[in-house]
Amino acid sequence: MNEFLFPLAVFFAAIFTNNILLTNYLGMCSFLSVSKELETSAGLGIAVTFVLAVTTAINWVVYHFLLVPFQLEYLRFIVFIIVIAAFVQLIEMVIERYSEGLYFALGIFLPLITVNCAILGVSLFMVIREYSFITSFFFGLGSGLGWLLAILAMAGIRQRLRTAKIPPGLDGAGIALVIAGFMAMAFMGFSGMITIS
Amino acid sequence: MIATLLISILVITAIAVVLALLMVIADATVGNYGVVKININDKKELEVQGGQPLLKALNGEGVFIPSACGGRGSCGLCKVRVVEGGGNYLPTELPWISEEEKKQQVRLSCQFKVKNDVSIMIPEELFSVRQFQTKVESIRDLTHDIKEVRLKLIEPANIEMKAGQFIQFQVPAYELTDEPVYRAYSMASVPSDTTHIELEIRLVPNGICTTYVHKHLKEGDEVMVNGPYGEFFLRDTERPIICIAGGSGMAPLKSILLDMAEKKSSRKVRYFFGARALRDLFLLDEMKALEDEMENFKFIPALSDPLPEDNWKGEEGLITDVVKRLTEDASESEAYLCGSPGMIDACVKVLQELGMPEARIYYDKFA
Repeated sequence: MNEFLFPLAVFFAAIFTNNILLTNYLGMCSFLSVSKELETSAGLGIAVTFVLAVTTAINWVVYHFLLVPFQLEYLRFIVFIIVIAAFVQLIEMVIERYSEGLYFALGIFLPLITVNCAILGVSLFMVIREYSFITSFFFGLGSGLGWLLAILAMAGIRQRLRTAKIPPGLDGAGIALVIAGFMAMAFMGFSGMITIS
Repeated sequence: MIATLLISILVITAIAVVLALLMVIADATVGNYGVVKININDKKELEVQGGQPLLKALNGEGVFIPSACGGRGSCGLCKVRVVEGGGNYLPTELPWISEEEKKQQVRLSCQFKVKNDVSIMIPEELFSVRQFQTKVESIRDLTHDIKEVRLKLIEPANIEMKAGQFIQFQVPAYELTDEPVYRAYSMASVPSDTTHIELEIRLVPNGICTTYVHKHLKEGDEVMVNGPYGEFFLRDTERPIICIAGGSGMAPLKSILLDMAEKKSSRKVRYFFGARALRDLFLLDEMKALEDEMENFKFIPALSDPLPEDNWKGEEGLITDVVKRLTEDASESEAYLCGSPGMIDACVKVLQELGMPEARIYYDKFA
């Protein structure tokens, strides 16, 4: 595929056909626990998108300029985790100091994101699939947007569910998982539109 | 082999060091809010490192704000009025703050960070409240549904209390509660024993704390309590005293009476204790010993529904009727009541009928 189009293809694939949450089932914990309100879901989703895009880029640099030259690729798990944690912490400190509005909108979600497995997952996929720097950045951004889309849909459904009669045994996480399954099936409808490996 | 091992260690260390350095630099520049002042009730001014949560800053300076979840923002107990320098509410505070509290600028002190000088208002009594780490020294059955729990203080090792005051008992998360919760219990111990706290806890079906104490707590367990709180203590007068209690309402009165005995008080005391049947009475020997020690003290247990096998020879009937029957004139006395709200309301009414002014009736209602 064309060098310019490929990052774009990956970007859209990450949102629809290869949605990190609905096809890989990564980032489930915060997806299930924070999807009760539309507003907070949006906040968390935007924070995830931001962190994903930036950490994927940083991790690409760290991987290709530090780990590969020293043949330390096998250390990527631990290195990626440290980088993500440190970066999230730094971002939180900076926006807490300089932007009250942004801190109120995103800041409180940042600690939650450190342990979001989707973030680590995207960095690892980027390595396995041998993406270039630009592609990796778009892959991160697209995965974040895909995650945002999924959690927004989930929050919308769960707001409706509040007035529904749910069997007691299914209430809470149970029904949320069932719905996530249905959403994943619905997203299968996109498959075939774009294929990335 | 060794070279690659060394290189990998070096690279990982280098990455960690660089990131740690970045954090340290950020902490010293971006995260440094300098020293800020906290003004409490316009009386006390603390200087603390800025940027930390208010709850932590206050705790660090020895001002204890009760909180059950340890600052995670999930219990909603650590509310404090921030009258100046508060700024906007955080999303993590809003679920706990009502409209009324917003008007009063009530904040959740574990979430609210002190970044500039602030003025706060807290209840006066919190100045003397401390959090105590304790260990269960003994648990014994007083009746079929009341247990006496004796706690040994570990840190701080001493408590300064007035007889009749209460503490908050922290119940950790267990099958009945996902969050640690606090429940208030009167101390039955005598104030001169500053290294122990005694509680009398009655089992309430499905009560979070009482079930925990009756079914789970063992000797040697650690328990966090904080206190002392409360205005229920002996007033320093020479008036005759009428005490009325039921069930675990015994606790603060026992503390008051033991304190009086120690101080060789010669005030006249009538202690009416209401119970259903003989099996609900307890500490009879201790009360007998107090009667021998204080010549003006009389303990009057009364049973409302004595069983035939009880062979009860003492007073019978509702505690209010017994008080009315045995008291001629209460106008010169003062009264100390501890028990259920229903019992207290009924007793206040009877005491007023007997001529006691309401201002001299002190009580501790179980909520």
